[in-house]
Amino acid sequence: MTRDHDHHDDHHEHGSELSEMQLRVRALETVLAEKGYIDPAALDAMIEAYETKIGPHNGARVVAKAWADPAFKRALLEDATKAVRMLGLINRVGDHLIAVENTPKLHNMIVCTLCSCYPWEVLGLPPVWYKSAPYRSRAVNDPRGVLADFGVTLPQDTQIRVWDSTAETRFIVLPMRPPGTEGWSEDRLATLVTRDSMIGTGLPNPPGETA
Amino acid sequence: MDGIHDMGGMHGFGKVEPEPNEPVFHADWEARCLALTRAMGATGAWTIDESRASIEALPPEVYLSSSYYRKWALGLEKRVVQHDLAGADELAAGHALRPGTALKRKLTLADVPDSLTRGSFGRTPQAPARFKPGDRVRTKNIHPPTHTRLPRYARGRVGVVEAIRGCHVFPDTVAIGAGENPQWLYTLLFDGRELWGEAADPTLTVSIEAFEPYLEAA
Repeated sequence: MTRDHDHHDDHHEHGSELSEMQLRVRALETVLAEKGYIDPAALDAMIEAYETKIGPHNGARVVAKAWADPAFKRALLEDATKAVRMLGLINRVGDHLIAVENTPKLHNMIVCTLCSCYPWEVLGLPPVWYKSAPYRSRAVNDPRGVLADFGVTLPQDTQIRVWDSTAETRFIVLPMRPPGTEGWSEDRLATLVTRDSMIGTGLPNPPGETA
Repeated sequence: MDGIHDMGGMHGFGKVEPEPNEPVFHADWEARCLALTRAMGATGAWTIDESRASIEALPPEVYLSSSYYRKWALGLEKRVVQHDLAGADELAAGHALRPGTALKRKLTLADVPDSLTRGSFGRTPQAPARFKPGDRVRTKNIHPPTHTRLPRYARGRVGVVEAIRGCHVFPDTVAIGAGENPQWLYTLLFDGRELWGEAADPTLTVSIEAFEPYLEAA
């Protein structure tokens, strides 16, 4: 025991939190279920939905449709909640969703400096880096440095607009359609749309790099 | 609250480290913790704003050294005990030692599909919006010890109202049990130099979503 504690490497740190938290969360769930506040079967179903149904593939469909269908793109930029509801994704979309468009002159990036606000319905649960101190601290004052961490370099004169999600409005970036994709179907376009391109920390894949 | 959670503009946290092929959850307990938190939120015992406030109020050293879902679990334990839904002795024992109290709702299997949709925080306005797109406004220099959604880096700064986003539940009051107190919400745009000084990236603009009580005419 003491020897383990003398050797705090990442693996041990992670391992000790893992076992501590397994026990702690199990205790919490057991107590709340025995009190009659929660139904563990409902929890199972919720977890399954987050693991299988809700994810960035939904957002990719939205972006691909906006690329392919100018009327949908207008509707999306006008009222994303309404436009995305019309698409009939598996999960319903909540209120106050806002789509922001990248152009050759303007790059948008989304952050939540205060916690982890993120458009779950179209992008799924946020990745660890989105909720991390480095991203939350730097996105608002050094977005080009953050982009460099993702291997992305933008032209020096591109305007960068950072959206801090400080209320219940949620944002999704509509990235620029990659050149060389003329005539592509929505399904094929959707394969180019990465999660990070819809947060603004990445760009869509170029057409050569997809299966 | 001027807490550790209010991270915008802080230095020293290092590089952003994306994880290739990141799983949705890194351990089963993370998934249980997320679902537990959502299911308890659905009982109506507290608001999402109170949940955020309870996590922000974790000791800074705990906040910084805990993983995301560990913070969620600690916040949930705290709320459960504060609301007398379970005792610390029961959490330590891992079993209920007394019967539960009646809650407004219980999330059942049939409720799950709807529970995946975010709630609506839009409310009927109490008064017309004070500002309109294009107005120059200054954020107030406020430092409430309780929950607020005006980040420190954007206090006492002049920006331009870009859009009105409707009238919403006001987190600052609802988080402390002082009512929904609906307020107009604006997208407020700042020049990078207004926030970070002359050394700021000249191509940078930053917006926050600002509730009307945070603002005054500039």
